[in-house]
Amino acid sequence: MNLTCIECPKGCLLTIEIQDSEVIVEGYDCLRGKRFGEKEVKNPTRTIATTVKTIYPELPVVSVRTASEIPKEDIFKVMEEINKVIIDKVYPIGTVLISNVCRTGADIITTSDMTRIINK
Amino acid sequence: MLKKVINYDVVIIGAGPAGLAAAEAVDEAFSVLLIEREARAGGILKQCIHDGFGLVRFKEKLSGPEYAERYIQMVLKKSNVKLETLTFVIKVEKVKDEYLITTTSKQGIQTYATKRLILANGCRERTARQVNIHGDRPAGVMTAGNAQNFVNLMGLMPTKKCVILGSGDIGLIMARRLKLEGADVLGVYEAKSTPSGLSRNIQQCLIDFDIPLHLSKTVTRVFGNRRVEGVEISSVDEKMNPIKGTEEYIECDALVVSVGLIPENEIAENLNISIDRRTRGPFVDQNMMTLTDGIYSVGNALHVHDLVDYVSEVSETAGKNVGHERKRELVEVASKGCMYLVPQYIDVNSLKEKTTFFFRSNTDMLKAKVIVMVNGEEIYAKKYVALRPPEMEKISVPLKLEKDDKLEVLLSAETIDACPAE
Repeated sequence: MNLTCIECPKGCLLTIEIQDSEVIVEGYDCLRGKRFGEKEVKNPTRTIATTVKTIYPELPVVSVRTASEIPKEDIFKVMEEINKVIIDKVYPIGTVLISNVCRTGADIITTSDMTRIINK
Repeated sequence: MLKKVINYDVVIIGAGPAGLAAAEAVDEAFSVLLIEREARAGGILKQCIHDGFGLVRFKEKLSGPEYAERYIQMVLKKSNVKLETLTFVIKVEKVKDEYLITTTSKQGIQTYATKRLILANGCRERTARQVNIHGDRPAGVMTAGNAQNFVNLMGLMPTKKCVILGSGDIGLIMARRLKLEGADVLGVYEAKSTPSGLSRNIQQCLIDFDIPLHLSKTVTRVFGNRRVEGVEISSVDEKMNPIKGTEEYIECDALVVSVGLIPENEIAENLNISIDRRTRGPFVDQNMMTLTDGIYSVGNALHVHDLVDYVSEVSETAGKNVGHERKRELVEVASKGCMYLVPQYIDVNSLKEKTTFFFRSNTDMLKAKVIVMVNGEEIYAKKYVALRPPEMEKISVPLKLEKDDKLEVLLSAETIDACPAE
């Protein structure tokens, strides 16, 4: 199996082989690439970034992301949970909006500052 | 109402990642005016909500707004920097040994005077009009950055079912973003035979979400009365000309275009600053000073970077040099095998321990090598498994140079692969 490592912009082309239930990764330039390749076979994970609606017309949405990676297969389930939230308070950057989203162990945190934009 | 001219040691135009990093790096001894036309600093990073920023600069994977926030906080702490938002530059002119910058804002028209100007006004997207698409001009044809602004800042969905033209990074990122928000992304079409964006974005934005990438195909016509109803796709030959008889019709409500970025240099051109036609930004020395004394160019106005981390780095280089200028003696850098190389000149009077060069290869190269030569003698070499034009490379060279020396940066490869099989 061939895949591109997404750990950094270099984008190493990895070759992954499974021999006797052991995962062999080749083509990486650093250990993050090796780990990425191994994880990609067993339990692929991703960070997701999206927005959450607010009640403030001057800032209709606030950007958020998962604070840690979630299983790739849970992406759309997590999106659904995030889309249920409406922000009605002014939060600083890094505020946890949902903890342990869909029991993935990851929190959903805000990634932009609201306090300088909404003066209330 | 005309107001008194206000003096600053340095004026920076644009408070995006480049302007912020430059402002942050200027010596506390100098007064800095940082001008921003939008309501908030941060530039395009405000809408780049995806992660992957800051791996080089902060050793962390941050989203765009988080990366911007770090710099905004640093700049707000500096007592010598004044940030003016919702302020638009309407004129820059040279009067004697000073630059006069006239702005308009809610407070009216104001002129500032400075001896040092940093142009950090970023780049613009090429539009659908610039890539020769025939047919109707309905609503629903937009650039990827435009779509990104709708979704990530305004909270509006501009499409339910779309086609993306061009495989630039923003296009790939928007393919994923629109898919996450529930849109049907029918495919990414690229006229070239290789993708323009980073390989990792092909993986994490397209392959991860089962969005097909069609190479050597382009949009040749747009259909629709008031709103886009469909597009015509054609295969193209090696010269990127559409091939007759290959047309297919695809029903969609939007065409998202991601066909490249162009440095914005209207101000630089009006000041008669020499522009490199390869980068489409000004020629600069290693301190990012243009060939006009006192004027610097940084960030994507200088050349389009892949990574914001490098934008910050070059802008900091300019910021640090501001106020410490010496009389320059410039040596031109000759290059071979490069699509472009920055800086294009070296000031021999302000060389540091290491000199940084950024370059892109002019074609796909396998087992490649970059060599730096002074007077025909190799002083630095670095090998690469592969070099591709979409991926900018950086080298730090311990450069020693005198006024009449000859400096060359040469790229070569064992295999020059014009059409790699990917």
